[in-house]
Amino acid sequence: MPSLKDLRNRIASVKATQKITKAMQMVAAAKLRRAQSAAEAARPYAERMEKVLANLASGISGDSAPRLIAGTGSDKVHLLVVFTAERGLCGAFNSSIARLARDKAQALKAEGKTVKILCVGKKGYDALKRLFEKDIIQVVDLREFKQVGFVNAEAIAQNILTRFAADEFDVATIFFSKFKSVISQIPTAQRIIPAEIPAGTETTDAVYDYEPEESEILETLLPRNLTVQVLRALLENAASEQGARMSAMDSATRNAGEMIKKQTQLYNRSRQAMITKELIEIISGAEAL
Amino acid sequence: MATFKFELVSPERILFSGDVVSVIVPSVEGEMTILAGHAPLVAVLKPGIVMLQTDANNGKEFYVSGGLAEVNAASLTILAEQARFIEDVNLSVLDQEIVTAETRLAGSQDEAEQKRIAEQLVQLREFRGVFEDRKAA
Repeated sequence: MPSLKDLRNRIASVKATQKITKAMQMVAAAKLRRAQSAAEAARPYAERMEKVLANLASGISGDSAPRLIAGTGSDKVHLLVVFTAERGLCGAFNSSIARLARDKAQALKAEGKTVKILCVGKKGYDALKRLFEKDIIQVVDLREFKQVGFVNAEAIAQNILTRFAADEFDVATIFFSKFKSVISQIPTAQRIIPAEIPAGTETTDAVYDYEPEESEILETLLPRNLTVQVLRALLENAASEQGARMSAMDSATRNAGEMIKKQTQLYNRSRQAMITKELIEIISGAEAL
Repeated sequence: MATFKFELVSPERILFSGDVVSVIVPSVEGEMTILAGHAPLVAVLKPGIVMLQTDANNGKEFYVSGGLAEVNAASLTILAEQARFIEDVNLSVLDQEIVTAETRLAGSQDEAEQKRIAEQLVQLREFRGVFEDRKAA
């Protein structure tokens, strides 16, 4: 049976923790609003880009297709780009992305493929390094940037493109968390090289005029598309992270409240028991006289 | 007058979406006016002004720093690298872009990329001149 002092201390420390989680929840809520509007504002551009690309790609013949669409012709070496957060305490956010990447990497390895991993965000590296230490080729740290933006996406896309140009891999897949709502983020894998042409979009049969040449347009458009996809992943991830943190901290605050209630009840009960005990002692002492 | 759907999208947001009569687009091979029923076209844009007419008397202007225009049977979509309302553009904004391009040119190793940035730089400087004249007028 803990003493009254022990109980008091315990209640005080849970209260202090609750204050922290409460504050974190409110910070996450404020950041979420900004991140969510950024992610939602970026969606139309990525969608239109996909549509234009699908239209363009449907018009080009197989032989002349650039490597970014057609691929290298083999699928021996896979690059997995894993986007995670730089910080923890956000529920299952980081681990669910890492798990998706891990399952994919293990499946590829079982097929005898080579796997290379590029981690964006420290937490993904922490989660994957135990199993795939040798396969991780680089870790991109975004900690110093308060708000990820186009510049970060461009740098990462350029990094991927340089590696592709140097024949370091054949297929690239990005892993990130799609922001659906505050309580629901969906870990997603998306192939970016060779570019996945979304099926089912109604492609117009119209033959396009190109100004300048078709190949020249595709040459600038494809790397740009990659940047846009990376940007989308970054922004969706940022929103998901804040959403996940908010709900994680919300339930932490609630749990702390429950614990405080239980401990206070226990405290009061043992305090009363002690008073009753003392009273009995006094009364029986008085009676004995 | 016949209208068609026009959308101007930048990576950050949609600047314009609606029915228009005509749009003047700064393509790399010269400015062109798109009207309803234009043949399908994909064009690369240079820094310049996108001018649209919602009817005979009403128009709007935007600055784009490059991008892509796609015309299909029913609509025109501009995917701009950066786009602003013309009221938000001034010489210091343009100068800033020129400086950014210059630093990127200096930092680039890839030959094809250097060529591309250099070309962009020329277009930017050219547009800066045009913009200055426009302001003066």
